Amino acid sequence: MSHIVVVGAGHAGVQLADSLRTEGFSGQVTVIDAAAGLPYQRPPLSKDYLKSTDDADLLPLRARKFYHDKDIDLIEGDPVVSIDRHGHTVTLASGSELHYSALVLATGARHRRLDVPGVDLDGVCRLRDAADAARVRSELDRARSVVVIGAGFIGLELAAAALDRGLDVTVVELGSRVMGRAVSTHISDHIRAAHTARGVRFVFDRTVTALEGDGPRLHSVVTDDGARYRADLVVVGVGVLPEDSLAAEAGILTDDGIVVDEYLRTNDDSVWAIGDCVRFPCLHSGSHTRLESVQNAVDQARTLAATLTGKPAVYERLPWFWSHQGPTKIQIAGIARGEGPVTVVGDVDRGKFSILRYEQDTLVCVESINHPVAHTSARALLAVPGTIDLDTLQTLQFDLKSAAANLRKANA
Amino acid sequence: MTKIRFHHSDGRTDTLDVADGTSIMRAAVSNGIDGIIGECGGQAMCATCHVLVHDDYLTQLPPIGEDEDEMLDCTATQRDPSRSRLGCQIIATDGLGEIAVDLPEEQV
Repeated sequence: MSHIVVVGAGHAGVQLADSLRTEGFSGQVTVIDAAAGLPYQRPPLSKDYLKSTDDADLLPLRARKFYHDKDIDLIEGDPVVSIDRHGHTVTLASGSELHYSALVLATGARHRRLDVPGVDLDGVCRLRDAADAARVRSELDRARSVVVIGAGFIGLELAAAALDRGLDVTVVELGSRVMGRAVSTHISDHIRAAHTARGVRFVFDRTVTALEGDGPRLHSVVTDDGARYRADLVVVGVGVLPEDSLAAEAGILTDDGIVVDEYLRTNDDSVWAIGDCVRFPCLHSGSHTRLESVQNAVDQARTLAATLTGKPAVYERLPWFWSHQGPTKIQIAGIARGEGPVTVVGDVDRGKFSILRYEQDTLVCVESINHPVAHTSARALLAVPGTIDLDTLQTLQFDLKSAAANLRKANA
Repeated sequence: MTKIRFHHSDGRTDTLDVADGTSIMRAAVSNGIDGIIGECGGQAMCATCHVLVHDDYLTQLPPIGEDEDEMLDCTATQRDPSRSRLGCQIIATDGLGEIAVDLPEEQV
């Protein structure tokens, strides 16, 4: 009987198992989780989970009953330590061996470590998994001053959570603006202002050179200009690295991520990869890209399930993303390659607006702030690259909802 | 506890007994019931948990909120003027013994 083995029980791995059954796969499905406990959702770890409530549990990806009902073997707390591509087996830490017909690597990404003196002091935290989140939550219960290192999505969500608890919050950022990798300067400016208005202190264009302690306990953060910031809690949010070493050790091609083709297949015909760990040819960015998002993990899983059940499907789904930072809800549809021309739609003063971004007059990305209808419409308009341009939008007075409705009618 | 009956567009039915406080969306996703997605995790921001409530139960539900109303105009399958709701906004409660919903053909 065929056996699909899935390495990783995050958003990608669990969705793949689910989708395999939905697509009619009746062979054996095994999902291997390095961690113990029912697989859970990650986005809440930097949001709802951090609110000061005693009964905020982890949000499961699926109920335990689901694995049983769908005949999915879930192996917990026993990571894969090696892959034998010739023998088509994986070996687990316990010594167990599993034979696979197809192997899917959904190993995700790991926290990028900040390499400065003092990073191992008590009170210095990261935020990648459930254990990290539990630690951060209990530190937030006790802290008065929080320094967040990194003004990316994790850093800003953390800052908002700390601020919601009435703590003193400083964010130290290497670059000159927030979420520099991911959003336009218009959005950076607006979000920075929104956080600043609520009391967050930003320090830009600085690196952290040391974390200082009182014995084993964190006390201050020192930056490269010699400034010192009082901190009871530091959360490091300086990015992640793909977990591709298992693949690399087995001779699977990696390049800051497991390299896959448009079908999500590696250089080994029997090995596939999905989610945060993957570098894939992205139709929408026009390059080989690594995306760190739930959407990418889940959509790649769905697409691969079709391929693995005899319906080969190229992965072409539109990247999209969301972040909740206090009262601000950011949603992004599509990818822009640089700062290009934009149109602003909606009501900036009321904080409900979107930035439409163009490349060669074609709409490529829409960034929305508290503007869900625009985001939903944008996703329909951007699904197929090159669908809509500035001229057409102009004639529709930039009404994205109408544009999307027209598109739906045309496609019906 | 609330008994939720999901009527799929292909004729299949799934039934779940759901604890108070759980939304229709959350119940479906946790139990691997296809036909509801819930991309935004229940924030009334994605319109992918669209359900069509059976007539018998409409009056038992709280009225449609402003955010929900906006998003119901964005559903992939055409909105039904009286029966369409977002599954993330319908919560199992003491007072709601049972409910039946049709799942639309498409959520995205």
